[in-house]
Amino acid sequence: MSYVPHTPIERAEMCEAVGVSEMEELFDDVPDAVRFPDLNLPQATTELELAVEVGRLAANNTPVEKGATFLGAGTYNHFIPSTVDSVLRRGEFFTAYTPYQPELSQGMLQAMFEYQSMVCQLTDMEVSNASHYDGSTALAEAVLLALDVTKGRDKVVFSPYVHPQYRAVVRTYLRGTDAALVGCDEGRSEMDQLASALDDRTAALVIQSPNFLGHFEEVEGLAEAVHEVGGLLIVVADPISLGLFRSPGSYGADVVVADGQPLGVPPSFGGPHLGIFATRRSYVRRLPGRLVGETLDRSGRRGYVLTLSTREQHIRRARATSNICTNSGLTALAAAVYLATMGKAGLRRAAELCYQRSHYAAKRIGALEGFEVNPHAPDQPFFKEFVVQLPAPVEHVNRVLLEEHGILGGYDLGQDYAHLGQHMLVAVTEMNTRADIDRLVDALEVLRPGANG
Amino acid sequence: MSEPTLYELSVAGRRGGLELPRADVPETELPRELIRPDNGLPELSQLDVVRHFQRLSQKNFGVDSGFYPLGSCTMKYNPRVNEEIARLPAFAHSHPLQHPSTVQGNLALIHELQEWIREIGGFAGVSLQPAAGAHGELAGLLMMRAYHEARGESGRDQVLIPDTAHGTNPASATMAGLSVLEIPSDDRGNIDLEALRAACDETTLGLMLTNPNTLGLFEERIEEVVGLVHGCGGLVYGDGANMNALAGVARPGDLGIDVMHFNLHKTFATPHGGGGPGSGAVGASEALVDYLPGPIVEVVEESERGHRVFALGSPQASIGRMCTFLGNFGMFVRAHSYIRMHGSQGLRSNSMHAVLNANYLRVQLRDTFAVPFDRMSMHEFVCQGTVEGSDAKATDVAKRLMDHGFHPPTVYFPLIVPEALMIEPTETEPKPVLDAFIAAMRDIADEAVRDVETLRNAPQATPVSRLDEGKAARELVLCDRATSAS
Repeated sequence: MSYVPHTPIERAEMCEAVGVSEMEELFDDVPDAVRFPDLNLPQATTELELAVEVGRLAANNTPVEKGATFLGAGTYNHFIPSTVDSVLRRGEFFTAYTPYQPELSQGMLQAMFEYQSMVCQLTDMEVSNASHYDGSTALAEAVLLALDVTKGRDKVVFSPYVHPQYRAVVRTYLRGTDAALVGCDEGRSEMDQLASALDDRTAALVIQSPNFLGHFEEVEGLAEAVHEVGGLLIVVADPISLGLFRSPGSYGADVVVADGQPLGVPPSFGGPHLGIFATRRSYVRRLPGRLVGETLDRSGRRGYVLTLSTREQHIRRARATSNICTNSGLTALAAAVYLATMGKAGLRRAAELCYQRSHYAAKRIGALEGFEVNPHAPDQPFFKEFVVQLPAPVEHVNRVLLEEHGILGGYDLGQDYAHLGQHMLVAVTEMNTRADIDRLVDALEVLRPGANG
Repeated sequence: MSEPTLYELSVAGRRGGLELPRADVPETELPRELIRPDNGLPELSQLDVVRHFQRLSQKNFGVDSGFYPLGSCTMKYNPRVNEEIARLPAFAHSHPLQHPSTVQGNLALIHELQEWIREIGGFAGVSLQPAAGAHGELAGLLMMRAYHEARGESGRDQVLIPDTAHGTNPASATMAGLSVLEIPSDDRGNIDLEALRAACDETTLGLMLTNPNTLGLFEERIEEVVGLVHGCGGLVYGDGANMNALAGVARPGDLGIDVMHFNLHKTFATPHGGGGPGSGAVGASEALVDYLPGPIVEVVEESERGHRVFALGSPQASIGRMCTFLGNFGMFVRAHSYIRMHGSQGLRSNSMHAVLNANYLRVQLRDTFAVPFDRMSMHEFVCQGTVEGSDAKATDVAKRLMDHGFHPPTVYFPLIVPEALMIEPTETEPKPVLDAFIAAMRDIADEAVRDVETLRNAPQATPVSRLDEGKAARELVLCDRATSAS
């Protein structure tokens, strides 16, 4: 299938105008020895054949019902209102470039301005950028911001319960600096222990709340402690939780980042998602990425433009605050449509459902013989994920759940935490009904020690 | 007409938004001290929301709206079939942490795309992880750094970057903790070889090369350029933003490029989405393949009958993760479909027609708008947006194009051409569209002499006229004022 529209006559006319007899002559500057290779690619196909062929590939994935999914760990199964994709399919949005020409891009610019406004409300921060790639890269850029505004510091203290892959991404980004990530491998997260790691070399303290194990962290006094040594508090948040639970801004965060996938973006095997990045107004000139601001046109009509571009790579080059150019415009648009559709009451309700149903699931599973819920922190409040200590290896339990019950079980925490072998991270959202949860519990019950499973 | 914001449309207690089911489980008491009184979101009906975004879409211009010759951005047709395929539930609703045995379809697709991009680029290996071009640049530079460090040459911390390079190149170098030395261009628009020779030494990490460069010109002495850098022990990074001139025409790996990113959202037609999400796959030569970001998809088992089992692996000396999970899988699906439909001949045909279209515009426009490096171009070319006998600026010409129904070219870039207009038509535009664009540009040139005020007041046919960017930067209204009323 080719989408090239040229007729042979048009092509001949154009070649003549350019002064070549064949298109191959356009490439005389390319060294002979490497010009026009025969690429070892499959033969071209039509749209019709493609759909059949790719359909076969897709069929090699094991299908799982949405209600039977209890896997989260950074990507979540949340409801996506029908409004979202209908907006995303508008060609005016999805086939546009970055809004460099504002007169032709008012739609995207206003939507991004509204996205920024809603993100600031949810996080209780003053400034949001127009999105980042994902939560982990937003966090990496937040760490770079902290290192920059605390010039000369070289230490970033991490809670061990920040998403393991986020920590890995930060480590990659820190290869370009002299700074190190510390404090995250003890396998314990007591906040006073983290606070004791703070000193005058600390650029930032990074926590996630709800943390990777699903718990709300004990944040009282944390901001004060890190501010006292002159560092920043960076918080990784869950955007759905912010519909109901206290915001990082309310307890003194300096930068709030999150993966915005729960806000109307399908899991899509891990991407594209979007990175949320919000901070205090005092750091606006150090903000990475695009920022939309309100202004007026020549007739005094309100309009929107990309602003403070002097921070950005296309103007400032080597002295830019970040190299980011393409961000996640369309998935940020999805988040804006999602938040507008859900609204004040809807997001609160979604968060409540996550809370209520996950607590129901935790209580029922915790009552099973041989299963223990949140053994490391039984009294710490949690949002939509919790830890289950299993009577058998996680991989075995998950295989049985999937093969015998069509249930996608939780995340194997032993992969990241040596002290959490045979511990599973279970995610329950508004998509899992009581019946779905009961089905999971029944399936687990058969696995209890001594059961005839 | 100005569209109210979501917060201006919001009414306290408005119904008809979204309803969710009631909790069907015994209630657990909420932890009171953690509950916020208000989440600050607006209150709207679904119809409010749908109309609002419908009206906003009508104030936006995409490739679907009309000709979009934005240089270095490759605004080609985004096939609809790719959108359908990426939304197949088996792809869109699969979870990245599922056991590999349950997502063999996804892994097979990723593996195939890795292999195809490796083949198109002439590389030893590919990682699809970076989320955008600049992200791929950072990955590539970190790989180059790791390579030199492994050889005990950590003193190599200088990146050579031509003065025509995209701004992301020097910005990525800074993020990778490296210093930048700018290399001038010569009078044919190539890298100045003497300046390059003088710059190459034992501190050279490598060169970041965009080929064709941002003037749309193929580096005429590419073999010498690569030879000089390799000769001093440096590596050559390829900025693949302009690969739409070369897919199926020449493989960067064959030209001696050591590591390069591909913009799937340019060359392979995944939609730009109003500024992303994109995807910035990185290809590497034999020397650098072990440093690729991971994980990547590998074949772990192959039966005699060709049945393959896939799993995730990490290159041996990987620089690590660039983002969570595997990268922008939804974009992989689209690019995979695109390459699958085109095959080797189709990709070459795309490049040829892209280059034909650009040269056709160049020869038709060069008598009206000066082309400072006027030789056979690749997929784009740069002219000056000024007209003799008028003091109109490139920006005036660009804004006036909007009144003719066209998106303007890239303006004021590359920096070495004053009043630059960088024009990239892509292969999916037919001759009548190009002819209409040529006619509009000639009209505007006439008008610039006859009635420059009309240009300065352009655009008039758009939802807003020129916007006061100074005011935006001075006053910094970055959130809706109406939020404080909610």
